[in-house]
Order: sequence, then C-alpha cells, then structure tokens
Amino acid sequence: MSEAKMIEIQVLRYRPEQEDEPVWQSYSVPFTDDMSVLQGLQYIKDEIDGTLSFRWSCRMAICGSCGMMVNGKPHLSCQTFLRDLAPGPVRIEALAHFPIERDLVVSVEPFVKKLESVKPYIIPKEPRTLEQGEYLQTPEQLAQFEQFSSCINCMLCYSACPQFGLDPDFVGPGVLALLHRYNADSRDGGQAQRMEIVNSQEGVWSCTAVGYCSEVCPKHVDPANAVNQNKVNSAKDYFLRFLSPKGASK
Amino acid sequence: MNQKTAARRPYVRSMQGWWRRDPFFMVYMARELTAFAVLAYSIVLVVGVMRLAQGEAAWNGWLAALQSPWSLLLHLVFLLSFVIHAKSWFEIMPKTMPLMFVGGQRMNPAIITWTGWGATIAASVALFALALWGQS
Repeated sequence: MSEAKMIEIQVLRYRPEQEDEPVWQSYSVPFTDDMSVLQGLQYIKDEIDGTLSFRWSCRMAICGSCGMMVNGKPHLSCQTFLRDLAPGPVRIEALAHFPIERDLVVSVEPFVKKLESVKPYIIPKEPRTLEQGEYLQTPEQLAQFEQFSSCINCMLCYSACPQFGLDPDFVGPGVLALLHRYNADSRDGGQAQRMEIVNSQEGVWSCTAVGYCSEVCPKHVDPANAVNQNKVNSAKDYFLRFLSPKGASK
Repeated sequence: MNQKTAARRPYVRSMQGWWRRDPFFMVYMARELTAFAVLAYSIVLVVGVMRLAQGEAAWNGWLAALQSPWSLLLHLVFLLSFVIHAKSWFEIMPKTMPLMFVGGQRMNPAIITWTGWGATIAASVALFALALWGQS
C-alpha cells in the first residue's frame, strides 16, 4: 500500500435540528490511489466526525445507494476515485433536485411511489400454463428492452434533469425508462395500462430533451432514449384513437 | 404528527440559475435559444413570399432590404445560430430515435449524427447550386 496523501473533502452538511439551511464543512482526509469518494466519506465518519450521514451499501456500483453530487456532477461515490480528483478540494453535496433529509441523504419516497405506479413487472400478453412452456423471445426482441432493464434506481438521472428540478411531479427519466423496459418487452401486454402515465402532463411531455440523464447514467441505460421513444408512442396513442373504430387504449 | 415525522425537515434547494451550473445545461440552453433564430428566419422567408405575391416592386424592395448591412449582419447571426442549433440537435438525435439495428448490431450513434450533417450539407449544396443556376 502506497503512503497516504492528503485531500480536502468539503461536504454540504444539513442537520435539521441545528441548521436552517445547509452549510459547507471541510475535512482533511488521507487517501491512497485505490480509494473511492465513498471510502473518503467512510474515513470521515469512522475517524473524524461520526455525525456525518450518507447512504451506501454494495461499494461496487450495483445497489445504487451512494449517488451524490461530486464537484457539481451526479456520480456514484463508490465509482468515483479520489486520485482522479486530487489535489482537490472535492466538493460533495446531496443529489441535486431532491429535498435533503440530512447531510447527503435525500428524500426518496416520491421516487419509489413513481416506480410503483408504472407497474414495473410483466403483465403477460397471453397467460400460459406450465405445460405450454416458457415464453420465447428472439435476440432482436431482447435487444429492444435489455439496456433499459439495467437501471439500478440510483437517481443520478434525476439529479441531471432540470425539468425534474423545476417540477418534482415529473415522472422523470429513470422511472420512464423502466416503464419503457416493460412496454418494449414482447411478452408484455400492459402498455395500455401504462400509457396513462406516459401521456399525462407529468409524463414524457415534461421532457425537453436535455439529454444529460443519459450522460450521467452509470449503467448506460440511456433514459433519454426511452423517454423520447415514448413521445412517439404517446403521439401515436393520441392520434390513432381517431382512426380506431373501437377507440385506442386510454 | 408523531415525534419521528416532526424531526424531519427536508430542505429544498433553489433552482435559480440552474442552467449556469453545468456546461451541459448551457449547451442545452444554446439549443433552445437558437430555435428563436430559426423562427425569426422563417418569418423573413414568409415575408419574402408575401412580397412576391404583392408584385414585382414589392419583391424587389424585399430583395434590396436583404442586402442592407444590417440584414447581412443579421444573416451572419442566423447562420451562426443555425450551426449551433444543428450541431446540438444532431448530437442528441440518436437519443430521440427508436433503436436501430444493422445486421443484428446496434447502430453506432455517431452514424446517426453524421447522417444529419450529411443531409444538411447535401441540402445546402443543392440550394447553392440552384441559386447559382438561377443567376446564370
């Protein structure tokens, strides 16, 4: 292990019981080349200041818990290395566009509610019995939704989306990408149920194609693509009902 | 309200000046802003068509107005705006399209972007050729 160098980490603190608004606090942290920003924060919590609050779990860019603003950009702190930010200072802030609960912890309830609302599961197009065997899918059909199934709900895309910042009711990139993941699945027949969300004021039309969500996504989900494909679907859904004698899906 | 809820006091940060926070947002705002140049130029062209309908004198007046120094300067601003607008749109174009596959492989986004530029260049060359042919 190489000898530790020092780096200054500035953290936006917010302790609701003692502050009316967030304040910056600076820490001097020894770091090695293999240390992530998350490990820097863990050092602070373990060795300097136990009152610092932040979320983390897997340390390997899978769980999606440790998203935060690092030098003003949304990153997974486990995947961002102090060596790349040296000599610092490194400025760390809770994910942008979300209300801060405490220090680097943000409110996630509205996001989870939105996740639930899109029915993020396969609603079978044609129910099959066990005897009928599995649902078959071609590689081409898989490719239509595979990338959108890689989302880890880290919410970095929400921190990259000014439209979500301006209107917290916007369903937002991550959830709309997940919605598309199921709508685009050849086994799924639930599109009609999900179009109500796609078509709503808070749905895809709140997106103005900034495109930053796809840039910051650590899993290359490309939520901007999912949202924009659904603008086409929404427009089709709207206009086709004039042509369909039975009326199209709602 | 129970004790636990009362202790919560989520802090909402202001969005004021959000578009200055990241260069990516500035590029986005440049794309949005230059759309007004596209609108303005389309109005210039519509006025041209209207003047044409009003007869030869009106049409010649419009042509003369286009050649004034202010008009030339305005057209320079238009051109610059269009280049920024096109560049920024062509870059984001792959994100706005359905997934495209060629021979089972996902199409490289750069190909979509460059197809946009290719079409722009082809259309511009065709327009210039038409204009030169019209003058000869």
